[in-house]
Amino acid sequence: MRVGIIGVGMTAFRPSTPEYSWKELMFEAASRAYADAGVNPRTDVQSFITCAEDYYEGFGIFDEFVPDQLGAALRPTCTVSGDGLQGLATAYMQVQSGILDVAAVEAHSKASDIVSLEGILEQGLDPIWNRPLGAHPYAFAGLEAQAYLRISKTPAKALAAVVSKNRRNALLNPLAAYGASVDEAQAAASPERFTPLRALDISDPADGAVVLVVASERAAKKAHANPVWIRGIGWGSDSPTLETRQFGDAWYAELAAQMAYKMAKIRRPATEVDVAEVDDRFSHKELQHLEALGFATAGEAGKHALRGDYGLEGKLPVNPSGGSLGCGNVFEATGLHRAAEVVLQLRGEAGRHQVDGAKVGVAQSWRFVPSASGAVAVLGVGK
Amino acid sequence: MRKVGVIGAGMTLFRRRLQDTPKELCYESTKMALDSAGITLADVNMVVSGSAPDAFDGVHMKGEYYADGCGAYGRPYMRVFTGGGTGVFSTIAGWWHVASGLADVAVVVNEEKMSPCQPHAQSVFGHIWDPILDRPLKPNLVWIFAMEMNRYMTVHNVKKEDIALVAVKNKRNAVGHPCAQLADPNITVEDVMNSEVMAWPVNRLDISPPSDGASTVVLASEDFIRKRKVKDKAWISGVGWCIDSTMWTDRDLYFPEYVARAAKMAYKQARIDNPPKQIDFAEPYDPFDYKELHHMEGLLLAKKGEAPKLTKEGVTQRDGDLPTCPSGGLLGVGNPIAATMGIKIGELFWQLTGQAGKRQIPHEVHTGVAQAWGDLMQYGSVVVMRA
Repeated sequence: MRVGIIGVGMTAFRPSTPEYSWKELMFEAASRAYADAGVNPRTDVQSFITCAEDYYEGFGIFDEFVPDQLGAALRPTCTVSGDGLQGLATAYMQVQSGILDVAAVEAHSKASDIVSLEGILEQGLDPIWNRPLGAHPYAFAGLEAQAYLRISKTPAKALAAVVSKNRRNALLNPLAAYGASVDEAQAAASPERFTPLRALDISDPADGAVVLVVASERAAKKAHANPVWIRGIGWGSDSPTLETRQFGDAWYAELAAQMAYKMAKIRRPATEVDVAEVDDRFSHKELQHLEALGFATAGEAGKHALRGDYGLEGKLPVNPSGGSLGCGNVFEATGLHRAAEVVLQLRGEAGRHQVDGAKVGVAQSWRFVPSASGAVAVLGVGK
Repeated sequence: MRKVGVIGAGMTLFRRRLQDTPKELCYESTKMALDSAGITLADVNMVVSGSAPDAFDGVHMKGEYYADGCGAYGRPYMRVFTGGGTGVFSTIAGWWHVASGLADVAVVVNEEKMSPCQPHAQSVFGHIWDPILDRPLKPNLVWIFAMEMNRYMTVHNVKKEDIALVAVKNKRNAVGHPCAQLADPNITVEDVMNSEVMAWPVNRLDISPPSDGASTVVLASEDFIRKRKVKDKAWISGVGWCIDSTMWTDRDLYFPEYVARAAKMAYKQARIDNPPKQIDFAEPYDPFDYKELHHMEGLLLAKKGEAPKLTKEGVTQRDGDLPTCPSGGLLGVGNPIAATMGIKIGELFWQLTGQAGKRQIPHEVHTGVAQAWGDLMQYGSVVVMRA
């Protein structure tokens, strides 16, 4: 049985939203998604899934606070302590199992409520081996970027090309928080942070919420929807231990892609995929992920980036939305945001950042520092 | 719909285990579960984990942190979290990993380490409240459960002595459990009644203890079970889950409607229309003694207000007509929140496959139900299993 996405709802992404609580952000995105799908959450949606982590939310058990604003009170509802694409995978499995036909997946960020992001991320480090080192958790992203550039022989200016492309793409996306006309020289001259990562290589946090409505083929037909099909979905984890994981490449993304491609019967992703939205919360991650996804051979993504192959008019447009560098880091909502943007592209509804004639798209996520876990979704329209 | 069976289970001792890391606890229960299923990690396609507040372990994204202890290295791995409801809910998540056809073998690993919270895990529960409406009142869990217990007692005119019978039964049942923390073969109703009052009507012995621990179950598809000729298996025949509104002050606490809805969902799938007749034994969530009664009614195993009567008549004893918490429950074995899976799903597996040892129900049983409860008195998760 095929499973498709029949509704998309997003709030704007903004550096702060003092006018809204996180409940109101969730409500807005959910209302938009239900209206888009033409479903009534109280009667048509049979399962609700939220993707959230307690520490980001500032709660002991965040799951408690999910139901009311989604229309989920007294309904099957759960939290996935993971990225939005893992939530999408959960909805996919629920529908595939045959137990239900329509599920809603939600993820959000109220990063502006966070007092000390560094403090939270530090709590994610191994309490015995790594936390006592006292390093800023972004230092591990810096070490990883260094390993990637060295092993893949990628020039540092490729990072600046990623930054410039994504910030400029974001100018075309009215929902993006950080659109700016940044050129490569400006990116390469921004202050050093976690060498080789500079200030502009690091995405800034943003607030926002995303909801997708997922349905079986049968239910999609009933709702007269024109679904974007989930052709393949996969997720995977490398070692959680910093000392034993692969720093040069993103093996978790490779594992996830293998699973998703197998399901979607994709053999040559570089030619079969029209648009990609990948995790770029640090600029090197975009390149690393593109190689893991098979869009470039090892060490080649940087060269493609410098040639402009990943631009809006390039061979494979990557992060036409602006990615996280352009839209903002929305934490566990990042993957769901990537998927939502691919859905808009495949529907031809992406507005000024539309990629012409996109039929197959890939969304990819990573669970941010200090994790080595991620997911991949292959989405497509038509038969 | 693909048939899914439980083919192995394992759990650690439930204790204060400061010397063990969360990874080690996960490893111990997972190794035991794989060994009991007669398979190795190489047979496992996917890993699901369940754990309650990250603040217990004191690690942000703790699911990522202890992933290698669960055998998740290089595998699809996902953590689910529905408060205390995780104790049964993670098995439901494992069920759809296999039922969907994505995995043939999935392990479900639940972990909780409450001892890092000093002086007591209640300090974490200070952060589960609405920051505007509830937190300024500085509530703690024992207070609000005291309210719920009081409401239940008031509506149905239940005596505290009758509720204490549950604590006595479960702590005595736990005597046969090798992992038990608070088993007591000689405990009496008077002991419960005379224990320290925490928040009336809750006394110390009405409550389960905080614990550290981990539990694992192994789920497999019918194909795998056939192909590998797995002998000890129990089929998952129904799953249900439901959340109620966050606004607990707007609800009548005398009856857990969310448990009833989750139960109806699971019973429908399992083709059960007369639960007291068709279900042979139950493992409802019993962090407090009144909760077992509350949940028996939510699971539609007793009419509203009649669970204390069944308890008094001995129906819920291990040799009664409806053995309830034959494991010893959270009251007897311990309450490492999500890791209680071992005494809910694990106990169903062991009872249905005749491996419960001293805890084995003396008569034959075919159908069991396990249930967990969580969040702000608002979450119900239900699994029906058959031999």
